[in-house]
Amino acid sequence: MTRSTSALRPAEGASAVLLSRPAISARMRLRDLAQILFFALLVRPLMAIFIGRRAPGRQWLPGAGPFVLLANHSSHLDTVSLLSLFPLWRLREIRPVAAADYFERNRLVAWFSHTFFNILPIARSRITPENNPIQLMLAQLRAGKSLIIYPEGTRGSGEEIGPFRPGIAHLLEQMPRLPVIPVYLVNHGRCLPKGEWFPVPFLCEIRIGPPQVFSGGNRREILKRLRSAILSLKNADN
Amino acid sequence: MTAMIFDSFVPNLSPAGKMGLVVLALLAAASGSVAVLRRIQPEKDYSEFSTRVWSWWVMAGIFLAVLAPGHKTALVFFAFLSFWALKEYLTLLKTRPADHRALVLSFLALPAQYYLIAIGWYGMFIIFIPVYVFLCLPVVLALSRETRGFVASASQIQWGLMAFVFGLSHLGFLLVFPLNEGSGVDGRSMLFFLVFVVEMSDVLQYLWGKSIGRRPVLPAVSPNKTWEGLIGGVTCATLLGLSVRFLTPFSAIETAGVSLLITLAGFFGGAVMSAVKRDFGVKDFGSLIPGHGGVIDRLDSLCYAAPVFFHYVRYFHN
Repeated sequence: MTRSTSALRPAEGASAVLLSRPAISARMRLRDLAQILFFALLVRPLMAIFIGRRAPGRQWLPGAGPFVLLANHSSHLDTVSLLSLFPLWRLREIRPVAAADYFERNRLVAWFSHTFFNILPIARSRITPENNPIQLMLAQLRAGKSLIIYPEGTRGSGEEIGPFRPGIAHLLEQMPRLPVIPVYLVNHGRCLPKGEWFPVPFLCEIRIGPPQVFSGGNRREILKRLRSAILSLKNADN
Repeated sequence: MTAMIFDSFVPNLSPAGKMGLVVLALLAAASGSVAVLRRIQPEKDYSEFSTRVWSWWVMAGIFLAVLAPGHKTALVFFAFLSFWALKEYLTLLKTRPADHRALVLSFLALPAQYYLIAIGWYGMFIIFIPVYVFLCLPVVLALSRETRGFVASASQIQWGLMAFVFGLSHLGFLLVFPLNEGSGVDGRSMLFFLVFVVEMSDVLQYLWGKSIGRRPVLPAVSPNKTWEGLIGGVTCATLLGLSVRFLTPFSAIETAGVSLLITLAGFFGGAVMSAVKRDFGVKDFGSLIPGHGGVIDRLDSLCYAAPVFFHYVRYFHN
């Protein structure tokens, strides 16, 4: 065990979240409403009629958090598509984990990402005890929220799945019974690849696998098993 | 003869209205035969047959519903069918990342093509995709600076646009096409005639092929298309075409000839789409229509029959 952060921090993180809540609750509700309207009026109709997205394996999505959706990442469409799997009133429970340096790069992007996607911004460099991503995620999970995590850490080409970052294994070390739902997103990267701003409506699919629950095991084994769960969803049609 | 039956019962119905009743009667008969077959042969599995009939109810219902209010709703619906067909085709195509902007252009050309129909601009409707999109698409591809696979991309995307946007959009232009005055029918009833004969030909070829089909016409492309199915289906569809002659300005002989022409065009459309599926290594183009597959699986015959029928009508009845 050579982790730099101690196991003592999560409690502090969780209480910090609980304490900060009442003060901003009114604004939070307005934000929730904005997100619900955004998904009800724009995202869901577009996903159904324009993209025509299907989601085999929907039955594996837990009815209540906390859980982690672990998916391959090749497009901005990924988060939009994953969030639209859930009923509107559950949107506020689900927090996509997003790189702060990208999604908070200016005020407009930050406002958009927070208002409509409820992102959990994390730092990718200059980690301090205050902004430790693992502690921030644990605090959310302990407060009953669920996370969307792209373990590749960034958007790929859409063809190959890149190596996994160890963050998810750290989370499982702290919360051993956390269900992790493997997800493979088909064709999302073709619709809206990196660097393009206008989507091409290829038929898309979200393949959802059975929740993975771990009891022990080291980090490398955990990452390997999660990766093969996503790869087997990828290869499910050939 | 059908017209005489109608005149004695519902004298003041438009040709399209009569056709709606014919379709509903046929669907009721199909559902009835599913029920009867289930009763007399309970050991057999009729679930596929039943699913197909249910899908026909839904498809016919939507078709009648969008045609009832007028041209605009029908055009929006046909544009959506084209859109979905193009989506299905392009999704199965091995596109390159460099094709992205050319594909965006293709999806922008689609509403433009249907807009040209809505304003009735025939001259532009007929050259927009074969000339202007054909010229622009490779330019957009060239601007992506990736030359490997250039010709394949340019041709495959253009082929999809020709088949599923240009070809299918002829259904829409039939609606706004001005027929000879005094013929007593409108574009809507001509559209009804085309879709009814071609789709019934598909159904009848399937039924004949299933029951007595032995010798495949094109074994390498589609083992399900047999000579027995083709001859039985085309003959019956031509007779059905004659029975709904009240939809057209044609004489009896002409109706039979046109029915034969569009059912054969439809057959070749089906064969071409089967070859495309073989090449892609898939059984169906999609899964939108239960029991039938994708939108292209249902519209394959019309992709060919619609332009042939339209240009026949334009040449001889304008």
